[in-house]
Amino acid sequence: MSTAERTVTPRLPARRARGILGTGAGRAAVGLLVPLLLVALWWAVTEAGVFSPVQLPSPASVVQAGVQLAVDGPLWHHIAISVQRVLIGFAIGGVLGLLVGSVLGLSRWADALLSPLTGAIRAVPSLAWVPLLILWMGIGEDSKITLIAIGAFFPIFTNVYSALKHVDPHLVEAGRAFGYHGLRLLRTVQLPAVIPSVFSGLRLALAQAWLFLVAAELIASSMGLGFLLTDSQNNGRTDRLILAIVLLAVIGKVTDAVLGLVERWAVRRWS
Amino acid sequence: MTALAELSPAARAAASVRGAATTSDAPESLAVEFHDVGRAFPTADGPRTVLRDITLTVEPGEVLAILGASGCGKSTLLRAAGGLDTGNSGEILIGGEPVTTYDPRTAVGFQEPRLMPWRTLHQNVALGLPHGTGRTEGRERVDRLLELVGLDAHAGHRPREVSGGMAQRTSLARALARRPGVLLLDEPFGALDALTRLKMQDLLLDIHARTATTILLVTHDVDEALQLADRILLLGKDPGADPGATARKVLTVPGERPRPRGSAELAALRSELLDGLGVDAHRR
Repeated sequence: MSTAERTVTPRLPARRARGILGTGAGRAAVGLLVPLLLVALWWAVTEAGVFSPVQLPSPASVVQAGVQLAVDGPLWHHIAISVQRVLIGFAIGGVLGLLVGSVLGLSRWADALLSPLTGAIRAVPSLAWVPLLILWMGIGEDSKITLIAIGAFFPIFTNVYSALKHVDPHLVEAGRAFGYHGLRLLRTVQLPAVIPSVFSGLRLALAQAWLFLVAAELIASSMGLGFLLTDSQNNGRTDRLILAIVLLAVIGKVTDAVLGLVERWAVRRWS
Repeated sequence: MTALAELSPAARAAASVRGAATTSDAPESLAVEFHDVGRAFPTADGPRTVLRDITLTVEPGEVLAILGASGCGKSTLLRAAGGLDTGNSGEILIGGEPVTTYDPRTAVGFQEPRLMPWRTLHQNVALGLPHGTGRTEGRERVDRLLELVGLDAHAGHRPREVSGGMAQRTSLARALARRPGVLLLDEPFGALDALTRLKMQDLLLDIHARTATTILLVTHDVDEALQLADRILLLGKDPGADPGATARKVLTVPGERPRPRGSAELAALRSELLDGLGVDAHRR
């Protein structure tokens, strides 16, 4: 019987490697072209004296500012405290998002009771929380991490919630027909089915966490990349300001890329 | 089971072929009794009757084909027998006891394989094991079932890596893993190509010969019903009578299985069934 039916390999034929775009390294190199071109343009206009150094410092002076801050030490503190805040807030918001999303996604009662509230809270712009959080928790770490956790919560909550509502009812019925219910059904059918969405939620949440970090640090802080932004603005150090922006872009991109790899693995493994 | 486990693998395989399946893989097969069963679904214009007045007893070990045009309530009747749908009127008894919700004495093979895409074929079959089956015992039973459906070489594959026929065989093995007293099959071969379907029918007969479980098989394929069933329940609407499908005929299929696919006796029955389904058999 099995000789007649060959195993089907449904994997799409690998896209023909067309020259340089065929390899990962090649694509990465091509992706660097436009940024490098922009830096060259930036260098050219600053060299030509189109802008004053306060308006737009040269690439070299930004690098120099970075080196100086690194040698003196504060750069590492800024980066470390920002990364720490993002990770803690992301973890708290992520776990809560997973829990609340699961409860609302699975229980029709919880959904009916709580989804208007969560919808309303989600509609509040992030910055609106800041005064209240500072009033309640002071300007220490608690208020910042809480704000970041709020930011990370909603993408995960929304993804888990809607993914659980859309788990293939055929699979759920098959699970039930074979005697699975309650927690066993959740563990065997529903959670595995939503794992890919959980990971894409995590990626969105991480981006949100960085966004909310800067919001938190811009307003009240004495350390961190957001503080470096406001401090540089107040002192007219445009070079450091641009340095902070570049660092946020690079660190954000790196953490997203790491999570992206995990997401790709999860999608392959669970769907 | 414990006695089997002590045998060498070769001896064990031989024993399971000879009919150990009837002792270890199949519990006693159970009778299914329908007493005046009906089903109506509520709609905006009041309840719509889909099934009514169905009374029939399926003997233990019997294969009953439920035949009817699409939308006539075949699946509804089957789902009621498995406790997947509990809104029916009348009474359904399995082994003399009323059907419970998702009745553990039954196992369902759906029209689609409904395999969990993240699990291997082996792990999917293991889903069907009754709760509390020991790890070793469960693994051995799944191995045996995969061998029975000819998929032992593909145990580690994922559902998306195998053909539709193989997925459907996995689904069948998963249902058997539950050691059902009644196997409920809802057009299990309907989505397969013609050749694979014939092979699956042979496989099902093979399985039935070894496990002797009671089988209720929903189909719209007259030939499939003639090939597989002891009796055929023809569901359909009585023109001019109350709305809702009911048992138009219950026919006993003559001859021992496997039946020659082209016999004259079956041809006469085929015409009768097609006629009952509203198809003019002589124009085919």
